[in-house]
Amino acid sequence: MEFAELIKTPRVDGVVLHRPFMPTVEGTLCLTGHHLILSSRQDTTEELWLLHANIDSTEKRFVGSLGTIIVKCKDLRVIQLDIPGMEECLNIASSIEALSTLDSVSLMYPFFYRPLFEVIEDGWQSFVPEESFKDLESMTDEWRLSEVNKDFSLCPSYPSLLTVPKDIDDESLCKAASFRHGGRFPVLSYYHKKNAMVMMRAAQPLTGTNGRRCKEDEKLINATLCAGKRGYIIDTRTIAVAQQAKARGGGFEQEANYPQWRRIHKAIERSNVLQDSLIKLVEACNDQSHSMDRWLSKLEASNWQSNVKEILTTACLAAQCIDREGASVLVHGTEGTDSTLQVTSLAQIILDPACRTIRGFEALIEREWLQAGHPFQQRCAQSAYSNGKPRSEAPVFLLFLDCVWQILRQFPCSFQFNENLLIMLFEHAYASQFGTFLGNCVAERGKLQLSQKTVSLWSWVNRPQELERFLNPLYEPNNLVIWPSVAPQSLLLWEGVFLRWNRSTKCLDEAYQEMVHIIEYNKELQNKVNSLRRQLAQLETEDKMVADLK
Amino acid sequence: MEHIITPKVEYVKLLNTYPEKKSALGTLYLTATHLIYVEQTNNNARTETWVLHHHILSVEKLPLTASGCPLLIRCKTFQLLHLLFQRERDCQDVFQSLLRLSQPVKEEELYAFLYNPHQNEEDRRQGWEFISVANDFSRMGLSNEYWEISHLNKNYEICSTYPSILGLPKNASVAVVTGSAKFRSRGRLPVLSYYHKDTKAALCRCSQPLSGLTSRCVEDEQMLQAISQANSNCPFIYVVDTRPKLNAMANRAAGKGYENEDNYSNIRFQFQGIENIHIMRNSLQKLLEVCSMKSPSMSDYLTGLENSGWLRHIKSVMDAGVFLAKAVCDERVSVLVHCSDGWDRTAQVCSLACILLDPYYRTIKGLMVLIEKEWISFGHKFSHRCGHLDTDPKEVSPVFTQFLECVWQLSEQFPCVFEFNERYLIEIHNQVYACQYGNFIGKTARTHTHKHTCMLHEKTFSLWPYLLKNQHLYRNPLYRRSLESTVLRPSTLPLHFKFWCGMYNHYDRGMHPKQSVLDQLLSLTQKQVEGERTMTELQRVSGFVEVLSVWRGIRLI
Repeated sequence: MEFAELIKTPRVDGVVLHRPFMPTVEGTLCLTGHHLILSSRQDTTEELWLLHANIDSTEKRFVGSLGTIIVKCKDLRVIQLDIPGMEECLNIASSIEALSTLDSVSLMYPFFYRPLFEVIEDGWQSFVPEESFKDLESMTDEWRLSEVNKDFSLCPSYPSLLTVPKDIDDESLCKAASFRHGGRFPVLSYYHKKNAMVMMRAAQPLTGTNGRRCKEDEKLINATLCAGKRGYIIDTRTIAVAQQAKARGGGFEQEANYPQWRRIHKAIERSNVLQDSLIKLVEACNDQSHSMDRWLSKLEASNWQSNVKEILTTACLAAQCIDREGASVLVHGTEGTDSTLQVTSLAQIILDPACRTIRGFEALIEREWLQAGHPFQQRCAQSAYSNGKPRSEAPVFLLFLDCVWQILRQFPCSFQFNENLLIMLFEHAYASQFGTFLGNCVAERGKLQLSQKTVSLWSWVNRPQELERFLNPLYEPNNLVIWPSVAPQSLLLWEGVFLRWNRSTKCLDEAYQEMVHIIEYNKELQNKVNSLRRQLAQLETEDKMVADLK
Repeated sequence: MEHIITPKVEYVKLLNTYPEKKSALGTLYLTATHLIYVEQTNNNARTETWVLHHHILSVEKLPLTASGCPLLIRCKTFQLLHLLFQRERDCQDVFQSLLRLSQPVKEEELYAFLYNPHQNEEDRRQGWEFISVANDFSRMGLSNEYWEISHLNKNYEICSTYPSILGLPKNASVAVVTGSAKFRSRGRLPVLSYYHKDTKAALCRCSQPLSGLTSRCVEDEQMLQAISQANSNCPFIYVVDTRPKLNAMANRAAGKGYENEDNYSNIRFQFQGIENIHIMRNSLQKLLEVCSMKSPSMSDYLTGLENSGWLRHIKSVMDAGVFLAKAVCDERVSVLVHCSDGWDRTAQVCSLACILLDPYYRTIKGLMVLIEKEWISFGHKFSHRCGHLDTDPKEVSPVFTQFLECVWQLSEQFPCVFEFNERYLIEIHNQVYACQYGNFIGKTARTHTHKHTCMLHEKTFSLWPYLLKNQHLYRNPLYRRSLESTVLRPSTLPLHFKFWCGMYNHYDRGMHPKQSVLDQLLSLTQKQVEGERTMTELQRVSGFVEVLSVWRGIRLI
């Protein structure tokens, strides 16, 4: 298909662009296969380059022959284009509509994007499972890397290499896989070096109504327990929801069959509920006509902050079981691709200082989200302005980022990265020139040949020029477990994302710059003092030599 | 001391609110001024909790439990102490002692009359003279062509709750001034609060007129005319009644009320809808209930926050402040502000407008001046509003707290424009309630006399020198004096107001960020000062050594 067929009017003059907290711009609107571009003749004003993929929905209005298109983006921004001429406006609107809802992944921008920078380190090769297994091997020999899912037939949403207990053979894995939803049998998520406890993740067991059991599954998870020790199973669903799942063939681990495990149910909402929550929250944030009471009641009704609290609480629970109770943990929900990953990845941020570095955080996202099979393409197909029938979109990843932001806010010196990195990841998960978040699992990405045909987000982020923007100037590495507070008073609305387009950031940017300035100046000063000290010492010895010569 | 039944109780448990699980075991001491709790820890480290008796708002004995006798102490600083005694007898003794100790009856019982920070008389005198309202008038450019500093109220005869020096329009005659005072509730006539040099517009304050349903007063009308004429930029003034219209109308029946636009030439009248002290008191009460809920869900918390109405009231004060600042700065119109008596809401919004308009009031010293000027000298009833003495509980209201919160809300939107940090506001708040210094004592309607002021200045100390001495703790490292935007234009959209956890949950450390950016930056700025000093020293020494070695080199040749 040619994009030209979809672009009825490629160019309109005299278009006026309105953006909140920015001056209006008049200029020429151009549509290309992947971008909406508005450029004015003056060199001073910024151009607008908007990826069609970033457009969540559009609305059009007419006053006489002047048409207006409201463009609502997946990054939550809302812009308005005034287009002279009814026909032009209609053409532009329908083109945007068509171009922003392309069905075929291979038509997406990442397949056309050519980087203007030299790729020094290929991000596709930066985080391979073999590497993280090497790290594990240096700590313990209880685990092995299994190729049982080499052709993705055992579990389509898992990667080809999986870390499993050494004593469990591939045949047992196959049986365990048949007992778990989508074949997602328990695999290693995290090894806690401090006390050798582990966190595993899986999908729900398929016990069904007649209480089916699977010896291999039991054996598999028991293999991770030390002699005489009990473990915890954290089911991210309420007991009621888990019970209902039985009717559809799912279920939870029966005490009788897993006597060494204690099961705890939490209440993380399912993905369709989360999507509704996002829509309500963003609507509340964008309506500026509220009274205080209405704003607070809409914020409450959106349930977004409740979701943040519940996810963080569950992650803290998992971390507590491992670090404080000295027990191993198995986490699952229903499919094991959403709430499960939120919990396992956040628990690692709490427990493992490595995950709080940029590299480590990228590795965490690769491991616990991309390779673990979070269906990014489905979940991020639409954002808060989706008005069609909801399919499988949900802000599961955004909620994870929000939780990370909450921890970052409470421990501002413990992360190597700053809020900008989290916001950037949110944007790229929803629309990007990079191929990283395309597809739903490793198998799909392989079929799409993403690593050959597109550029990895990490290739770009990890360039020193880009990294600078994401560095936290306050960072001081610490090896501690960091326990965030989950009291409602401690959890704030993530303004950087939700109020980003509804406020002027001038004063906050100034404050950030000032902070960077103080820290930089201090470093410089200490360096100068040190070098001066050295010089002085040198001068003194020279002087002494001269004096000795005499 | 006669009120202390048991000075020491051992094995008292202190329960933690958040996180709930942790609790301490220790010894409780009662002294003449403080309740002191010393926690016994394993490694001989002593953790002490000191609570000033004046800070105690209420003491409540809760029903006996299996683990002991619980005593709940609520503080005006929003601290909550949940003690558990082993013996009912001890609990009862402490309860009774605290009841009496926390509610002084006579002014002389207040801490300020006991407290001596080891200063000599000269320091004490200088401390009291440190902040001067007269200096602030000259800083604004008074006297000038339009405004003068008047001593008509030298002996507090025109208005006993006003300062002795007043800013008045030059063309208002003595007859107009005194006549206008008679037409205003408690004689609180229209006077200058802030003069904006650049626009010549003035911010003025007063109490409600005694207009009733039909009364009018020529002098008062002339007074407003004089204020209007003092600003040649604009032919009219705004008269802002900060009360809800309904409240103002109810006052008319009692012979008070608000200005009738027909009687005053060239005024534009406006209501602002800030609620009265009773509604504010109840609102805070509800807010504090939310703050002390045991493991609330997010929904409980947000619903509670909404139902308390607290942030709605904060917004209404901010909205009024912003209206005043905009009028003076953008529209170049003078404004006259009042509420009922003109010492609560009027003080809030005038001082807030001053902060929006003038960067000076955003400095450490400037805020002292502002509080001295708009609050203390204009007779805000700190003793009543803060419940210093055992008086009518209906007089208590968090009016000043709301002002401090508005400043904090501004500092969240403008992190670089205040010289001070959040701790300064909290310290001032706690000091206002502590009565350790004499600044906030006895400013009630009748005691604003020379005699009383002299007595306070002789027997107590002023807070301001203490704050100044510790100003390194209160500095905002991000403060940029050079910031050009002198007038603040905050957003007052509801979503830009936040719950002030640092104030209302101040003592629930578990809720606060575990690492403080402020501390980090403060220590860096400290290091910077030291580094710069070392640098100069090193440069001096190395210069010297260099010269010496060159000199030796030459000798060698």
